[in-house]
Amino acid sequence: MSSWVDISRLTVIVGHFGSGKTEIAVNMAMALADLGHAFAVADLDIVDPYFRSRECKSIIEERGGRLIASSQANMDADMPSMPPDVFALFDTPELYGILDIGGDPAGARVLARYRHQLQQNSARVLCVVNGNRPLSDTPEKAVQYIRDIERASGMNIDGLINNTHCCYLTELEDIRSGAQLAEQVSVLTGIPVVCHAVPRKLAEQASDFVYPVFPMNLYMKKPWE
Amino acid sequence: MKREIWKGSEAIAEAAIRAGCRGFFGYPITPQNEIPEYMSHKMAEAGGVFVQAESEVSAINMVYGAAGAGVRCMTSSSSPGVSLKQEGISYMAGAKLPAVIVNVMRGGPGLGSIQPSQADYYQATRGGGNGDYRTPVLAPANLQEAVDLVQEAFDIADQYRTPVMILADGLIGQMMEPIVWHDIPKRDLPPKTWAANGRGDRDHNNFINSLLIDAPACERHNQELLETYHYIEEHEVRWEELMTEDAEIVITAYGTPARIAITAAENLRKKGIKAGVFRPITLWPFPFKRLKEIASQDSVKVLLDVEMSTGQMLDDVNLAVAERKPVKFYGRYGGVIPTVSEIEAAAEAACGEVK
Repeated sequence: MSSWVDISRLTVIVGHFGSGKTEIAVNMAMALADLGHAFAVADLDIVDPYFRSRECKSIIEERGGRLIASSQANMDADMPSMPPDVFALFDTPELYGILDIGGDPAGARVLARYRHQLQQNSARVLCVVNGNRPLSDTPEKAVQYIRDIERASGMNIDGLINNTHCCYLTELEDIRSGAQLAEQVSVLTGIPVVCHAVPRKLAEQASDFVYPVFPMNLYMKKPWE
Repeated sequence: MKREIWKGSEAIAEAAIRAGCRGFFGYPITPQNEIPEYMSHKMAEAGGVFVQAESEVSAINMVYGAAGAGVRCMTSSSSPGVSLKQEGISYMAGAKLPAVIVNVMRGGPGLGSIQPSQADYYQATRGGGNGDYRTPVLAPANLQEAVDLVQEAFDIADQYRTPVMILADGLIGQMMEPIVWHDIPKRDLPPKTWAANGRGDRDHNNFINSLLIDAPACERHNQELLETYHYIEEHEVRWEELMTEDAEIVITAYGTPARIAITAAENLRKKGIKAGVFRPITLWPFPFKRLKEIASQDSVKVLLDVEMSTGQMLDDVNLAVAERKPVKFYGRYGGVIPTVSEIEAAAEAACGEVK
């Protein structure tokens, strides 16, 4: 069985901070587990000190996955250190990998470090678009972001994920308006829309979407949720 | 109105620009780096000035200068950086200069950790600098409140000619939440006839100064400041209370721990324990009067203060309760966040002890 999730062995997730990259990364990892793949999530966020995929360590490990992140001593430090075992992703042909990259062009800069290995392994770079983020809420602003991320990382973006959420207030209307934005960005850039990320409780109502609907569980919870 | 998703730090910066802030002077420190980053490209678009100073000390003195010229201005930092600004804040209080200072608190003391904390309550409410001064301290618990309070903080600063502090924990700086930009009621503010912004056609020069070398003159100046502080204590106190009407246990908490406390209180109610939450929004002036009334209610058997510190607001809670009822405490600190179940357990233990 195959889906858009495992078209390529390695998937790199980039985007604006707050676009929902980490939630997408963890959900994609769970989808890889459902498909029966050996998988790893690499947390390469060197920009944000809070709300990173390393906080989902137990969820990933419960499904037999591996978390690749900076050592425990550096977990809460905002130091730009890369975990050495990222190379496991390049050296282990049967291992599927999701690389969760820090927000913005600043966060995407770490990709330049692994550009050659990622290209050799035909990694796919997906950019998360959230139309509710004021700094990327028009096609022009979103395209500018994509170009800035490409410039910082030295890599081309291969696909767009519409993840137009509004945290716990997300409605189908958010996703519909985000879908329009993603399609306009796609027309302007030639980069295809890969899927629409939809909270699981709304997924059934999104049956009319043209691209695959990706039902999302919310793993990144706030302390009071 | 349109809901938008913002990150706390950038929302605080945008709120300041919308409030007419046209001078930002700061120095980067986690977890609030997105404030200076946002200001660095948006302030120029707004026609204002952004300076990354060489240190926090120079940043606060740039604020002193810009505020003295009558410009709405702001600085932001996190705990160790705010310690460095204390001298400047004291000078501004002395010179009666309005400005907004944002502290996105992290674990301390010293460099501490970069995770969220509330251990700067004493520093913010007792005055970290020298002299008899107070600064109004506003403590948001969510991003909507943060952007609303930041905008209003500039009006409060101008109305009373005082520095105003936004005291936020690291979660407020780093989390994403939906907000709506709505109009904040504007206060009727006096013109800044005191500003040192060129003599123009005035018949006198304006001086910005906190040095009053003649002791009786300095005492009169302190008396004037005190009258302003008394007025603020009468008119600017704010709080929120939930489920306190019939509460047997009242949890006191501010900032994001209050939200954890609310979830805990709702769970406690499901278990048959009547819990309520009292959340100060202004930490100075502290809502003493209302908390005293609540503590005097017959239903209330015990209070539980919850903080991301070893117990600082606890002093004010104790002053308000004044031994009418027992006050218990639960804190996590150094950057560790209390969980809903920990607060529930502490509340159950507190209720058990007074039964």
